[in-house]
Amino acid sequence: MSWKIWSLKKSVWVFHVNTGACNNCDIEIVNLLTPRYDVERFGIKLVGSPRHADALLVTGVVTAQAAPRLRELYRQTSKPCVVFAMGACACQTGIFNGAYHVVGPVDKIIREVDPNAIIAYVPGCPPKPEAMISGVVKALSIL
Amino acid sequence: MTEALQNIFWILVFPGFVFTIVLGLVACWIVRKVSALVQWRVGPPLFQPFYDVMKLMGKETLIPQDGQRAVFIAAPIVGLAGVLLLSTMLWRTTITQNDFVGDIIVAIYLMILPSLALILGSSASASPHASIGTSREMKLVMGYELPLVLAFIIVIIKTGGQLSLAEITKFTPALSISGMLAFLVSLLCIQAKLGFVPFDIAESETEIASGLIMEYSGPLLAVWKMMQAMMLVALPLFLVMVFLGGFGTTAGWPLVWGIGKYVLVLVLIILIKNTNPRVRIDQAMKFFWVYCGIALAIAIILASIGSYYDINWL
Repeated sequence: MSWKIWSLKKSVWVFHVNTGACNNCDIEIVNLLTPRYDVERFGIKLVGSPRHADALLVTGVVTAQAAPRLRELYRQTSKPCVVFAMGACACQTGIFNGAYHVVGPVDKIIREVDPNAIIAYVPGCPPKPEAMISGVVKALSIL
Repeated sequence: MTEALQNIFWILVFPGFVFTIVLGLVACWIVRKVSALVQWRVGPPLFQPFYDVMKLMGKETLIPQDGQRAVFIAAPIVGLAGVLLLSTMLWRTTITQNDFVGDIIVAIYLMILPSLALILGSSASASPHASIGTSREMKLVMGYELPLVLAFIIVIIKTGGQLSLAEITKFTPALSISGMLAFLVSLLCIQAKLGFVPFDIAESETEIASGLIMEYSGPLLAVWKMMQAMMLVALPLFLVMVFLGGFGTTAGWPLVWGIGKYVLVLVLIILIKNTNPRVRIDQAMKFFWVYCGIALAIAIILASIGSYYDINWL
């Protein structure tokens, strides 16, 4: 394992993208930073700019308006980076499947930009914080 | 030849680059750990800042298409060089006690250099968020430079007109009314220089997405992080030397006393950071110019009276 990947696993900076979620997954993501779960123990930190990020936490079905923004965000994130599809909507568009404003689940939009992107799926409506931590751990162990 | 080699060693290894950066990253960890404890969390492990810098070194650097490429790359290096020079100067004065007259003025100039580099770099990045951050940082620099220089004028009055750091460290101006006022005000100015919470207006993450350094990524961001880590060593050390008598004056255990004073200043900064909300830029300007300005004007009058009539506690 090269030192780049080793140090990436030790400090994952996360940028939170909402592409039309109902805010439920977002509440659970912010819950990860509270004293109960405190992911800063593992070096995981929320950052304000996609240029600083190592992981994109995407929540929500990708709406027609959000899709170009999501593509642009993925291009602006410095590589290597991981994309997390958080929640049922982001994984498979959930109950909004086939609605007029939905252009596809997160992985479809990301693959349009980069076919080899690393995408992890955390299902649930909303996923439990424990499930999110477990998803992050599994995705990082594959890297 | 040997003198030149020794100077290079001074700058690059012992009190300069390597030593200060290790100390600065440990200070970064103290900041994050104490903040976590204040918020009833566990906090990151000791080597977390080292991992962060190492990871950023291995990442891709993105340069904005419309940005001014040369300035964008040069700005972090200029800032790092400024802080490196400042910390080397301060450590050298602490260790060998030999210096030149007027180095407190050189230190004041070197302390502005990181802010100027941040302004240059962010305005070269062609991003609207960064330009908002730039304008806020410029106003903030104008705000805090006035009280900071006034506070050092009080130190110079209290020490009987000394302009060299080694002479100033033989006094403790903080043990008088005017010196204490100056120390408190300059603590707040250092807070603004470090970009910590009540005055982190320029890089406020929640409203303008870490403003100034928004467009930086990879190794260039790592250089900014190292610069901030070194400032976390150099600026509290400067306050300790100027106001609290430095490392050398206390007989017996100078090193322990010196480290204790440094940690005291650092913890004060962290506690101010954790117990205050962010202020607006106009509130910050008003705070520095009106309230701190008036407090320091009173302090200068007290210090002048004290030095004229030989009253040390004024």
